[in-house]
Amino acid sequence: MVKTEVTLCGIALKNPIIPASGTFGFGYEFAELYDINCLGSISVKGTTVSPRFGNRTPRIAETPSGMLNSVGLQNPGADAVVETELPRLAAVFDGPVMANVSGFSVGDFTAACEKLDAAPQVGWLEVNISCPNVHGGGMAFGTSPEAAAEVTRAVRKIAKKPVIVKLSPNVTDIVSVAKAVEDAGADGVSLINTLIGMRIDLRTKKPVLAEKKGGLSGPAVRPVAVRMVYDVYEAVKIPIVGMGGIARAEDVIEMMLAGASAVEVGAANLTDPFACRDIVKDLPAVMERYGIEDLESIIGGAH
Amino acid sequence: MKKVKLTVLSNERLTKDVFEMRLGGDVSAVTRPGGFVDVRLEGYFLRRPISVADREDGSISLIYKTVGDGTRAMSGLGEGAVLDVLTGLGNGYDPDASGDKPLLIGGGVGVPPLFWLCRELVKRGKEPSVILGFNHADEVFLEDRFRALSVPVAVTTADGSRGVRGFVTDAMDDFDYTYFYACGPLPMLRAVAGSSRTDGELSFEERMGCGFGACMGCSVMTKNGPVRVCREGPVLGKEDVIW
Ligand SMILES: Cc1cc2nc3c(=O)[nH]c(=O)nc-3n(C[C@H](O)[C@H](O)[C@H](O)COP(=O)(O)OP(=O)(O)OC[C@H]3O[C@@H](n4cnc5c(N)ncnc54)[C@H](O)[C@@H]3O)c2cc1C
Ligand SMILES: Cc1cc2nc3c(=O)[nH]c(=O)nc-3n(C[C@H](O)[C@H](O)[C@H](O)COP(=O)(O)O)c2cc1C
Ligand code: FES
Repeated sequence: MVKTEVTLCGIALKNPIIPASGTFGFGYEFAELYDINCLGSISVKGTTVSPRFGNRTPRIAETPSGMLNSVGLQNPGADAVVETELPRLAAVFDGPVMANVSGFSVGDFTAACEKLDAAPQVGWLEVNISCPNVHGGGMAFGTSPEAAAEVTRAVRKIAKKPVIVKLSPNVTDIVSVAKAVEDAGADGVSLINTLIGMRIDLRTKKPVLAEKKGGLSGPAVRPVAVRMVYDVYEAVKIPIVGMGGIARAEDVIEMMLAGASAVEVGAANLTDPFACRDIVKDLPAVMERYGIEDLESIIGGAH
Repeated sequence: MKKVKLTVLSNERLTKDVFEMRLGGDVSAVTRPGGFVDVRLEGYFLRRPISVADREDGSISLIYKTVGDGTRAMSGLGEGAVLDVLTGLGNGYDPDASGDKPLLIGGGVGVPPLFWLCRELVKRGKEPSVILGFNHADEVFLEDRFRALSVPVAVTTADGSRGVRGFVTDAMDDFDYTYFYACGPLPMLRAVAGSSRTDGELSFEERMGCGFGACMGCSVMTKNGPVRVCREGPVLGKEDVIW
């Protein structure tokens, strides 16, 4: 029997598979399809202190081996998440939940984090300083080491739960941002959020997305994500949650060899609602094929 | 929702760029006219959402227009090809919401889902009438099959090459109706809602990431707050739509 258990910031997971924020709703709708208790954890939809409708449509465009989205953080707001969404998830999922949080000012981040940190089922806060789909904030925090550190410090001060800071790939040097948030007290980092991209419709001769640009994800970005996880692993001591294009058990192992302690699966859930279940199911056989007995032992193995 | 493998039973051309694909297999999740399926195509990342035009025991029919690479690839699939399909998506029309005389209004490739709906309405003892809108005479499809249900059918064409010259709204006043069901391009839906004298239901399209409610890619604002076109839709009540 192979061992798939891993530990993330002191919390044990039965396996490292976590559906990525924004691609799994608040989880309970997938429970109609399969028993979601097979998952290591669930990163729920990015939550802001106040409700947001998000951007105009079209919000979605297809790309080679991937997609663009410009959803723009549609969510019912932190209070509704704590009062309605998390209890609905608790009815169908026993494990610790990753609460993904966004904001437009340091005060926004701390206000939303404070509410979610208090929910008993929340295991970690995943602080998204990297959303490319909102104007006036979002990603700005993730593109400057100083601003990233400032948000991290503020959240770390008020949070009781481990703080994982989600990094933007839309920077020249992701390592300097990772180091800055580690120094500011982050308990972990997750990467990558989406890469900014654009598609133009030949029939209308205009951008497909109403917001013109959106975030690229899916298998197309996986080599970029693997490279960034590899670089960040060399530079920080805190654990890394790796994501970007993961669609199969083999991809999980590749990301962990690069340095990830756990992984998130995003766009794959959208094209196949059973993607995470199947990755979990396939993982032991794929580990055996590559002679891996203990998954935790391969973290950073490529270095 | 069910994820199933369906086999292409036939895939035939109805007009220059409209095809009908019949798919066989487990279609038990397909229960509501106006609902849709999401078809995975080899070489394309996102699935293609297509309305169910008709359903029989063990098979469904999709009628689609070749507008881009994905639907063109679909049109090239032959009998026996196996497709990975998410079935039973969307809320669909409510065939019980209408009075005795519902009016069905379809434009272009908005026509297909109204066919199964029409059969269901007839089955319930209602007396539906149908308006089918197209641009030119050579684009008309499904007219014969509606007529075979013995329901009144009006065809409109923008250039007058067939039936009433003009748009579907130019034929609406010829009918006495208690409720309406519409599907077609956005400008048509807006015009139908504006000209209609009764309550009704309209089917909308949005670009979709998942088709089953996970990504918020298809959200639109209504008078009842945000809804996902793939889940609370694609059919919305006339009173709920913000134009
Ligand atoms: C609920 C619903 C039901 C539909 N029912 C039918 C039907 O019965 N018959 C039919 O001919 N068409 C229908 N459509 C439209 C159909 O989905 C598109 O024509 C098709 O996806 C185009 O794919 P493509 O690869 O040929 O075009 P491309 O333009 O190359 O597609 C690129 C991307 O845009 C998406 N896209 C393009 N046009 C549309 C559109 N109008 N709506 C949604 N997504 C789009 C594609 O799915 C794909 O992800 C429906 C759409 C929705 C949302
Ligand atoms: C439709 C969609 C919505 C997303 N929403 C969020 C979000 O709310 N918060 C967040 O941190 N990341 C969000 N992301 C980014 C993903 O969590 C993930 O970082 C990215 O998609 C890369 O992984 P993938 O290639 O497996 O999709 C979203 C991605 C998609 C496709
Ligand atoms: S397309 Fe994903 S929620 Fe509707």
